[in-house]
Amino acid sequence: MKLHQITLASAAVLALGISGAMAANAPGVTDTEITIGNTNPYSGPASSYSVYGKAIGACWNWVNDNGGINGRKIKWISYDDGYSPPKTKEQIRKLVERDKVAFTFQTLGTPTNSAVHKYMNKKKVPHLFLATGATKWGQPNKYPWTMGWQPNYQTVGAIFGNYILDNTPNAKVAILNQNDDYGKDYVIGMQKAMGDKFDKMVVKRETYETSDPTVDSQIVSLANSGADVFVNISIPKFAAQAIKKMAAIGWKPLHLLNDVSAAIAATYVPAGVENSKGIISVDFYKDPNDPEWANDPETLAWRKWMAEYQPRGDLKNKMNSYAWAVCHTMIAVLKQAGDDLSRENIMKQAANLNQVKVPMLLPGMVVDTSPTDFYPLEQMQMMKFDGERNVRFGPLISAETE
Amino acid sequence: MTVEKMSVGNRIDPATKLKIMNIELPQWRAFMIVAGLALAVILPFIVEGFSVFQLTQVMVYAIAVLGLNLLTGFNGQFSLGHSAFYALGAYTTAIMIDQYEITYYWTIIPAGIICFVGGFLFGLPALRLDGLYLALATFALAVATPQLLRYEHFEGFTGGVQGLDVFKPDSPVEFLNADQWLYFFVLFSGILLIIGAWNLVRGRTGRAMIAIRDNPIAARSMGINTAAYKSLTFGVSGFYTGIAGALGAIVAEFVAPDSFTFFLSVWFLVGMVVGGLASIPAAIMGGFFIVYGQNFSEEVVINLFGDDPSKKALIWVFYGAILIFTVYVVPNGVAGLVRRWVARFAR
Repeated sequence: MKLHQITLASAAVLALGISGAMAANAPGVTDTEITIGNTNPYSGPASSYSVYGKAIGACWNWVNDNGGINGRKIKWISYDDGYSPPKTKEQIRKLVERDKVAFTFQTLGTPTNSAVHKYMNKKKVPHLFLATGATKWGQPNKYPWTMGWQPNYQTVGAIFGNYILDNTPNAKVAILNQNDDYGKDYVIGMQKAMGDKFDKMVVKRETYETSDPTVDSQIVSLANSGADVFVNISIPKFAAQAIKKMAAIGWKPLHLLNDVSAAIAATYVPAGVENSKGIISVDFYKDPNDPEWANDPETLAWRKWMAEYQPRGDLKNKMNSYAWAVCHTMIAVLKQAGDDLSRENIMKQAANLNQVKVPMLLPGMVVDTSPTDFYPLEQMQMMKFDGERNVRFGPLISAETE
Repeated sequence: MTVEKMSVGNRIDPATKLKIMNIELPQWRAFMIVAGLALAVILPFIVEGFSVFQLTQVMVYAIAVLGLNLLTGFNGQFSLGHSAFYALGAYTTAIMIDQYEITYYWTIIPAGIICFVGGFLFGLPALRLDGLYLALATFALAVATPQLLRYEHFEGFTGGVQGLDVFKPDSPVEFLNADQWLYFFVLFSGILLIIGAWNLVRGRTGRAMIAIRDNPIAARSMGINTAAYKSLTFGVSGFYTGIAGALGAIVAEFVAPDSFTFFLSVWFLVGMVVGGLASIPAAIMGGFFIVYGQNFSEEVVINLFGDDPSKKALIWVFYGAILIFTVYVVPNGVAGLVRRWVARFAR
């Protein structure tokens, strides 16, 4: 063997050795660190969601100060995408190809995640626990690297559908929904739950665009239909308008409001607390403002974290408790993955969460996935606004989507 | 808000045979073009995939800025609505690929033509509007577009809020990967469009466009059909921006209404002003600024203040500072700066 052949051969052996070692762990994983990528709107029309990115960053700081996960600290890279899909594409490529993150986590928004859905699956990078409730994130066969987190909109729609069938089987139902995938997903969920009764029971359906100034005319038209059950699928601004208008014209149906808007500060106070009494909704995580959780150990731990790691964070903002819960879901996956931090194994563990308990979820709720079930949270509990707070009632309802 | 004050400035008459370092100006220009082209060809082989993708985006935005520059820089008409033409081009391509399974390269020209027609038709009523009023009318276009794309009854075509996936072409040649292939595809389109724009503005048409910008009454009295030229310029501008949109859709592999908000129009405007009005190479500078301006701000803020998400708001403060600095220090954009240097050093 000539010298250069020897060099070549040893280089090849060396390269093999290195690539062998690389295959074990994902890029971005060292003995002391795991790099996680994220995109979130910090600017632009959706910048109110910046709370999520900040809170999760603060959660990782807390993790790192407490020794990390299996001895590894978390490096959290969160880029601003301004809620613009092409920008998301650029930032995600930057995270995957330049920053070499192990995986992405809690990337926010439906259109933004749609823009990278294929890319992440082509690159085989775990695209985990997206901050959007669209139903399409749970397709393990077609998109084995993408998984949502929160109960998807169809699940909530199905819960409403079942509630109507069980409690008011002879009702005339009116629906208001936002005219996009978010609004339509709820209606699809209701249709699935109610089957052919949907067409019989729903007497009127109206939609609105986010650019509409008010939903007053829709409410008047729905009221005139004579419906006695009203399913309200709208974001807080329009939900408040609807509640106000209903009070003004004296329409008092059974009011089912989607979880997105079932917030006291954002919806019920602007709409008038008196007008909002009796509204029924659903939820899956604890509202830290609810006096019920004043002495709850999980909420106290959350408050301690908020005080230490987000001293200027808004304690009234439920996004902060959402962030705490989703962050702990990620921690559970990484703990379960142990020292095998290959992308395959991270995805495998995410798809094998067996009844995992996560703080700030409602009592009894668990995160549960399987290789064929990519919907981690599929339970919710009904609640009714009594003029002061949302009082939960009934058992946890699960509506498995497929 | 008059264009003529912002534009041109110290343009050198090529007939004077001025020299810098004993080399004549046209030779300098030829050298710059060759060097620029050589760099453009070599770059995708020495940088990694993500940078190739970014450079491709730079060229896409450069083409859009060029389209806007033809309208504003050369013809003096304002537009805050170019995101609408960009969206029209992008959706034309996306729909052709998604619904009719047409190969991507056949969709570029139709997208351009549709946008030409769209631009021309919009240009007709816009004839009655000047300056700020035109800006307002085009603004309406930009604001309405995302809503129209969401509209329920078009959903079969546009995919509604969900948007459409665009199939990304694989490289047909072995020595290029998909990113590099797309880069050269866009580069080639860009060069053709630049040559087209170059011929347009240097000829009779270009002189008419500029005359209308500088003094519409004088232009008309010289026998220039201002109405025809203005609406045609709108059409050509739409054509360029539409092609940029079509290429942009292929590069991003995805279109959705949220991709084409009013902000996109603002980015084009920023790119045009920073690059320099009424200059073709300036469009390339503008493209660079659109892509790297934000990224640069992000890097600087991260380096200065660390990776803390709560400091993200500072990115836009810094970006704003760069813009103010640019407007004050290089008021005619990068192109104006180059012209000023040439004027100073040429003997």
